[in-house]
Order: sequence, then structure tokens, then C-alpha cells
Amino acid sequence: MKRFAELLLNLILTSSRNDKIDHIVNWIKDSNSEEIGWGLSIICEELEISKVKPSMIKEISKLHIDKYLFDLSYDYVGDMAETVSLIWPEKNIKNANFSSVTLTYVIKDLINVQKKEAPELISNYLDNFDQNTRWAFLKIITGGLRVGVSSRLAKTAISKYSNKNIKDIEELWHAFDPPYKEIIEWSKGIIEKPIVKDKPIFRSPMLANPLEENDYKLINPISYLAEWKWDGIRVQLVSMKNEVKLYSRSGDDISNSFPDIIENSFSQDFCLDGELMAGSIKIPGSFNDLQQRLNRKNPSKDLIRNMPTFIVAYDALYIKDQDIRDKSVIDRRGLLKAFILEEKLSFIKFSDEVVFKNFKDLEGKRLQCRQDLNYEGLMLKLRNSTYEPGRPKGPWFKFKRDPYSIDVVLLYAQRGHGKRSSFYSDYTFGVWNGYLENRELVTVGKAYSGFTDQELLKLDKFIRANTTNRFGPVREVEKTLVLEVAFDDIQKSKRHKSGLAMRFPRIKRIRWDKPANEADTIENLERLLNVRN
Amino acid sequence: MKVDWIKKTKEGIQVKDGSFFVDPIYPVKKAIITHGHADHARAGHEHVIATLETLEIMKERYGSNFCKKSTELKYHEKLIIEEVEIFLAPAGHVLGSAQVVMNFANQVITVSGDYKRQDDPTCAAFEPIKSDIFITEATFALPVFKHPNANTQINLLIKSIQNFPERCHVIGVYSLGKAQRLIKMLRNNGWHNTIYLHGSLVKICNLYEKFGIDLGDLEPATIQDKPEKPHDFYKGKLILAPPSALADRWSRRFPDPILGMASGWMTVKQRAKQRGINLPLILSDHADWNEILTTIKEVSPKEVWITHGAEEALIYECSKNNLTAKALSIIGYESDTDL
Repeated sequence: MKRFAELLLNLILTSSRNDKIDHIVNWIKDSNSEEIGWGLSIICEELEISKVKPSMIKEISKLHIDKYLFDLSYDYVGDMAETVSLIWPEKNIKNANFSSVTLTYVIKDLINVQKKEAPELISNYLDNFDQNTRWAFLKIITGGLRVGVSSRLAKTAISKYSNKNIKDIEELWHAFDPPYKEIIEWSKGIIEKPIVKDKPIFRSPMLANPLEENDYKLINPISYLAEWKWDGIRVQLVSMKNEVKLYSRSGDDISNSFPDIIENSFSQDFCLDGELMAGSIKIPGSFNDLQQRLNRKNPSKDLIRNMPTFIVAYDALYIKDQDIRDKSVIDRRGLLKAFILEEKLSFIKFSDEVVFKNFKDLEGKRLQCRQDLNYEGLMLKLRNSTYEPGRPKGPWFKFKRDPYSIDVVLLYAQRGHGKRSSFYSDYTFGVWNGYLENRELVTVGKAYSGFTDQELLKLDKFIRANTTNRFGPVREVEKTLVLEVAFDDIQKSKRHKSGLAMRFPRIKRIRWDKPANEADTIENLERLLNVRN
Repeated sequence: MKVDWIKKTKEGIQVKDGSFFVDPIYPVKKAIITHGHADHARAGHEHVIATLETLEIMKERYGSNFCKKSTELKYHEKLIIEEVEIFLAPAGHVLGSAQVVMNFANQVITVSGDYKRQDDPTCAAFEPIKSDIFITEATFALPVFKHPNANTQINLLIKSIQNFPERCHVIGVYSLGKAQRLIKMLRNNGWHNTIYLHGSLVKICNLYEKFGIDLGDLEPATIQDKPEKPHDFYKGKLILAPPSALADRWSRRFPDPILGMASGWMTVKQRAKQRGINLPLILSDHADWNEILTTIKEVSPKEVWITHGAEEALIYECSKNNLTAKALSIIGYESDTDL
């Protein structure tokens, strides 16, 4: 446990990607298989400890620490685990056995404890751990590690340690539960590669680049097929041997939130790529409608009835015992269409091709998207392209509707006035500048509007829970939340660090589903500037 | 408690209707200065009263014309201004730092200035003086701040230097006080290698040496005059710099530097992360939560006034112990820049 706590500390204090990988590799070398598995499940935020809730930590703390002083401290530190680890009264005499207790032992304790006995168990650990180990221990319970390691990076570390292909690791990952015994033992060379053909695994999705003016000349109906870009959330629906899973674009298992999708049965195995939409095929809803269903772990029957969901499928990765990622998009879509027809599914719609004569014709179609809430624009796919995970430049383009909109990362927030007083409703946001580990977020603008009152409550909660620093009334937040900002024009300006300013930026949408590292770059914005001038 | 001879004005703590001020923010006729940090010791006062060390620090920073008249006051040496009997007592903050103890109309009021209670081999230790009103700082007045014994942090640094012989350590330290304390403690813990200094730290280190504090081998952290490639030269070396230089291009000239920071704020991991610090050293010039509470107990005042910092928690804790406390909220004392 102590060694794992050291790892987390090293990770939080390291900004270089390679150094983080080295820290993880060194820890893997120091640990046994089971410990590695549990540790990685914590780093990847995949371990759920159902008996001990974060609220319990707060309750226990308040038995030992004055409530008012605790609240002031929490407000200052801005992180529950770190606050409690610091404020917890240090015992003079500690049980020496605790300095050698293993991570596996601790996790099993947390998983197996009876709810009634949990407060005593936790207090006992906190009394006997040192401050850093307390912090790591509490982080296991509260989640939200904030050590700057994505689940992809953790897998990269296993890949470096084991010389196994990261693609193989990622695909195996979703087939097993913590502590991933089979994956770890395979990576150590103890066992052969587990066969997961029969499991509903997640496969890394293929992503599109925005279509820019330079690319227009490439686009003609012979090379590219066009489809509407549906305005929902990207999902992967997989069924293997009657086990059905729904994954978000980042590979999170969101099956529990959408029983209306996964509780269907299918006569064949498949993995399809599509957009999850609200409403029904006949009467689709807007993205706002869909938000009622997002981030709800166990939706009520009423909610499902009132706000059903369906999938617009545009690609298939696996159909009938066959991985078809090496086939062309045209062939894959042919198989997909046949599959949907055969299965006669009322909640899966095939994303039809949008026929166009030439680029001018296509631009006309894009303008139509402005009037239609369900079309975010057009997708253009090279007809003979295979399915490549990641974001290769060329085969897939997204051709979005106006106005301009970009995905930014929330950086600072300030309390609003009037109706919004006491809520954090003024948001300063930024985009990425630079490359790889030298990448940093630079501010580009500030927005005060565009969200509903309910969204404001959620944003306010996020800001309070994720504050990392304060400058008078301004709070700096953990740089994890992506906002889609719409704006009418862009100009050069000295007001923001980026040297750019937007006209009337407003929050178009809160992208709870999108990782911050996929937010837009300053180059994307500067290109817009060049387009305008 | 009724007090009419001392109050807070926009300049700061005013005594006897402006006869003199303690650590005023704006230029005044007569100022008693507790210590040399720029937010407490400002330039432009006509007459400055302080310890010799503080006067020398001000001279070093602002030039010899930093005031029209200066008066040196030794610790515990008595001075009377407008019937107020005054003496200075050590505050344990930095070289020459003092509390201002004032006695008038049978009321003893002590202004702590900034202070700490942990050992510091570069300055005289804090002396608690029984007072009716204790005017204290509250920079780290939250129960999350429990500064570890400073020697543990020095050993962390020494261990890190030994563990990474191919890299250099660049540690951010405030130029007055923190730098010299860190150096002296390294020496006292048996680490005698040459320490390389950013240009802005040199003068104050020289001044400390002039006052008899031996800091061992110090050299400027330059790159032009080195016998071999600077990159190779600085491998395994320790460099001290002001915190602002860490984020600057300045620190990139060194081989794969491990960036450290010596500050009480390094208690909070997320703060260290934000600033890109790899090696946080919790080494503070200020009293932590327990030190503040202990000090108040020892001074045993009837009232506590708080100049700056985390006032809410301290006011609350005092009132729990039936002690009146109030915030002066002096704007201009930087509570967040103990870096």
C-alpha cells in the first residue's frame, strides 16, 4: 500500500508523459500480479467500492474534527481525500504492521467490509497510515485521482513493461474485471494471450478531422461518401454470445444507463459504431433531450418511457464471427445494412448515404443542417478506407454546420451576479497550445450564457468540487471539463493569452463525455481566423 | 477591551493618531518595521526604526537613501515615542525579524509581524511576550497546515540529489530568509557541496554572511564561465532560484532539472502539481496551525487581532476558547506568496 501511495505521489508530481510511464513501470516491477491489477484498476478509475461511499469519509472526519474548521479546510484545499489526509489527527504511536500492509489486503478489506463496520475500519487505517498513504487510501474510496494519468497512459506503461502491443492490451482490457489477472499474467509472459473472441470487448474508435478549406478539393462523390453527422453521443454497441455492452467513445461501459438498448437480444454477434440519440427513429429528440439520459446510472422506468433512446448506426467493426475492420467502409456499411434488415430492430437505424453531385452541392446540404437540430453537419468518408483506430488524417472528415463552435477546456470560474449570484457562472476557457508533453492550455475567451438553469447547477457543483486554486474571487479548476462553445466571429486580440478573441461566445453544450485532451487546439482557431480574413 | 491609541487605517497599524505606524503599506513619517520582506518593509518612509539587520536588508534592496533617517533598535532595547514604551522581541521569521511590543496606559499590545516557532539556525528564536492584545498573522491558520520538522525536508532534498546524479536540482526559494535557512540547514545536516545561486539571491546571502552566518561554498549559477559544457557541469548539482525563475526559460539551461519548491504551500499536493513542482519541500517561514495556537496560549492575550491570512478559522478557534478575536484584513500583506 505504501509503495502504491508513493507511485501516486510520483505521478502527481511529474508532468512529463515519459516519466509517468517510467514511474508506473518501476512500480509494476516492484509489485505482484494481483497488486498490479488492483492498482491499475484504481488508476484507470475502474474500481468500484460499493460498501464505502465518499460521503462516509466526510461523516467519519466530522467525528474527529470540528465541522466548521473542516469545511473551511475543505473549501481551501478543494479535494476531499487530500483535506482529510492532512487534517486527520496524527497518532503518536502507530501499529507497525500497517506500514507493510499490501494494496490487495486493503482493497479486499474495503470490498468485504460490512457497512456497519466500515467507519471503524476506515478510522483504523487512517490512524495508522502516514499522511501520504492516508491520501492514497482515501483516493481509492473517493475516486477522482487527479494524478494526470489517463487509462490509455496506464496501458502504454504495461505495453512498455511487457513489450506487448497496446492495441492488444486495450482490447483485452474490457473483457476482464479488476484485478485483471489474465491480462497481467499474459503481460508478464506467465500465460498465453487470453482468448476474448467470445467477450463483448471495446475496440478503439476511428475519429474524424474537421474539414478545412485546403481539403475541399479532395471531396468528390466518387472518392467520398457523405452521411449526416448525427447530434448525439458516439457509442459502440457490442453483442457476443448474448452478452451485450454499450460503450462511450472513450471506452467507458455505459450499459447500465441504457437498459432500453442493451436488454434486447440479438441472433448474431456484432460490434457496431454509431450515435446514440434521444427519442425514436420516427420522432428523434434533440441533444438537450438526450442529456436527461446521460450520466444516469439506473434510470427509472418512467424516464425510459418518456425519453427513450435509439442508435443511428454508421459503421460495423465485427459481424458474424468476423472482424471486418480491414474491409472498406463501403463493404462494412453493406454488411451493417444487411444486418439491421435481418435483425429487424426497432431501435437501430442505418445512417443512409447523403447523395451529392459536387462540393458546391455538399455545401448546400451543410447549410440545411442549420435548420435541423439532429444534424450537426456532414461526415465524409473515403470510400475505400479501412477502419483505423485513432484519428488518421484523410479518410474521415467532419464538415460541421455553422456557427463556429469549438471544444474548449474550462480553466477558471467566477461567481455571477443578480439571478446567478453565488453561483459560478462566468467561465474562462482555453484551448491547447504546443505539442505532446509541452502542450498547455491557453485562455481564449469567457462565456456567461447559453446554459440552462439546471446546467448551471451542475457546472457550479463541478467548479466547487474541482477547484485547484483561488485568486481572490476567481477559482481555477481541474482542467478536465470540455465545453462546446459557439461563437459568431473571431478576431485577433491582446485580451487573452492565445491572442484571439471570439465574438459572443456562449456555452453550447457541456461535454461531460469528452476527455480534455481532445479539446481543440489553437491551430484550429487560428485557421478559422485565416478563413475569415 | 477599550483601546483608543492603536487602530487600523489604510496605511496599516497606526499608533497614537499617527505618531508612528508598524509596517505601513504607504509612505509615512515614522515607521517601525518588523522585518525586511518587501510587503512589510516598504520604501519611502521618512524615519525608519528597526533592528540593524532589517535596516541593512532595506538598504541592500532600496539603496542607501531608502529613508531620511534610520534608528537601530536592538532586541529588548527600550524606546519611548509619545509616551508609548516600545521594545522589539525576536520573531523567528528571518534575520533581524522582530515583534513590536508596545506599552501605554497599562495596556501591552504586541504586533507579531510574521513569525514561526520551528528552529531556524539563521535567526533568533521567537520569544512569547505576555500581552493584553496580540496582533498576529494567520498565513497558515487552517488545521490542514501542520509543517513537518524542517530537518525531514532537508533530508528529502539530500536524498533526492543522491538518487539522481545525472540530473540537477533547481529549488525555488524566497530570496530573503528561505534561501539562507535552506542552505544553513543543509550545512548543519552535513551537506557541504557548492551551492549555485540565481543572481537575485546573491546579495542577501552575502549580507547574512556579513552578520556571521556561514553559508559554506556558494557560487553564481552562471553558464558562460564553466570549464566544461554547462549541461554536464550542473549534473548532480544544487541550484537555488527565486520561484518565478522556475517556470521561466532560465531553468531550462540546466540538465533535466528536478524542480523543487520550499514553501508551506507545498503541503497541498495539487498546489505543487499546478506549479509543475516535482519535489515539494514543506519548509515555511510562518507558524502553522498548532504553532499559532500554542503561541496565543503563551502570550495569553485578552484579545487577538489578525493582520492577514486565513482569519475565519482562527477567529472561530479563539471564540471557541472564549477569546475575542477580530480580523484587521490589512490589504497589502501578501499572504499567498510565501514562496
